[in-house]
Amino acid sequence: MIVRILGEGQLEVPDDQIESLNELDGAVESAVESGDEAVFSASLTALLDGVRRSGSALPEDTLHDSDLILPPSDATIAEVRELLQGDGLIPG
Amino acid sequence: MKRISTIFRAKANSALDKAEDPRETLDYSYQRQLEMLTKVRRGVADVATSRKRIELQRNQLQTQSDKLAGQAQKSIDMGREDLAREALTRKSALTGQISDLDAQHAQLQGEEEKLTLASQRLQAKVESFRTRKETIKATYTAAEAQTRIGEAFSGISEEMGDVGMAVQRAEDKTQAMQARAGAIDELIASGALDDASSINRGDDISRELEAMSTQSDVESELAALKGTSPQAIEATDTPAATAEPTTEEEPVEKGQQS
Repeated sequence: MIVRILGEGQLEVPDDQIESLNELDGAVESAVESGDEAVFSASLTALLDGVRRSGSALPEDTLHDSDLILPPSDATIAEVRELLQGDGLIPG
Repeated sequence: MKRISTIFRAKANSALDKAEDPRETLDYSYQRQLEMLTKVRRGVADVATSRKRIELQRNQLQTQSDKLAGQAQKSIDMGREDLAREALTRKSALTGQISDLDAQHAQLQGEEEKLTLASQRLQAKVESFRTRKETIKATYTAAEAQTRIGEAFSGISEEMGDVGMAVQRAEDKTQAMQARAGAIDELIASGALDDASSINRGDDISRELEAMSTQSDVESELAALKGTSPQAIEATDTPAATAEPTTEEEPVEKGQQS
């Protein structure tokens, strides 16, 4: 599975890692819902670290879209909410 | 986070779905990519400019802080603890601003590195897209074109969305810092942080130190004068005697009368 961390680039993550990453992803989502910035920041860091650890960077000239796109490491809850609304952060 | 992916992709792709002839779309998209490359490079330059501005300000504040430390020492040497205290109080305010600038500097440096890498990634993908575009155009058949063009697009448009967002975020961060940097520039321009010896209302500590040392200079010169030629000093008590001969008689007359 190809994962993009916004602001960092794309990684190829083996399928057998997806399960554990999904758990980390769940933690991020509930933090966004609760609005707790500290918990959010910690869970996002954990998720991104997990992706970086289990994935390997794709060559820079790869022209392939990602299966999963994750917020940048220094994102705030507000920014993630904007991403989820589909306007604001992404220039279109 | 799945939802983010879907929305992001939809948004990134929407801009590319407009042209009629897929081959035109290729060229149009390539133009957009070059524009984005220019944009991200300009972003790198803008962040670098802000970083340099902060470096400059930091140096100015550091110079001022060193000067205040010197003034505190001088005040102590002259037995003026109150002045030394004032100088150190001001110095500690500057120390706070300096560490604030250091933090901003580190953040800008981080943004600069991120954008530089983003620019390299986009550059590599744009190159790759250009090659693929030429191949598709050379071997164009309506049947396969759509799929192959679609493949080429999806990857690059996502990258474009990512880079565009990175540039936007860097701009936002830089702007916030610009405002604070502007405030510090104003403070510096107001003279509040200026050189002690220049004419301004800011630095009363050094004016007082200056006044004190001027005074002690005068005293010691006076003492020196008294030591070498006491008459000269005494003579100043009756300057009229030599300066204005016409009035010479008056005090004498008064003296005679009394």
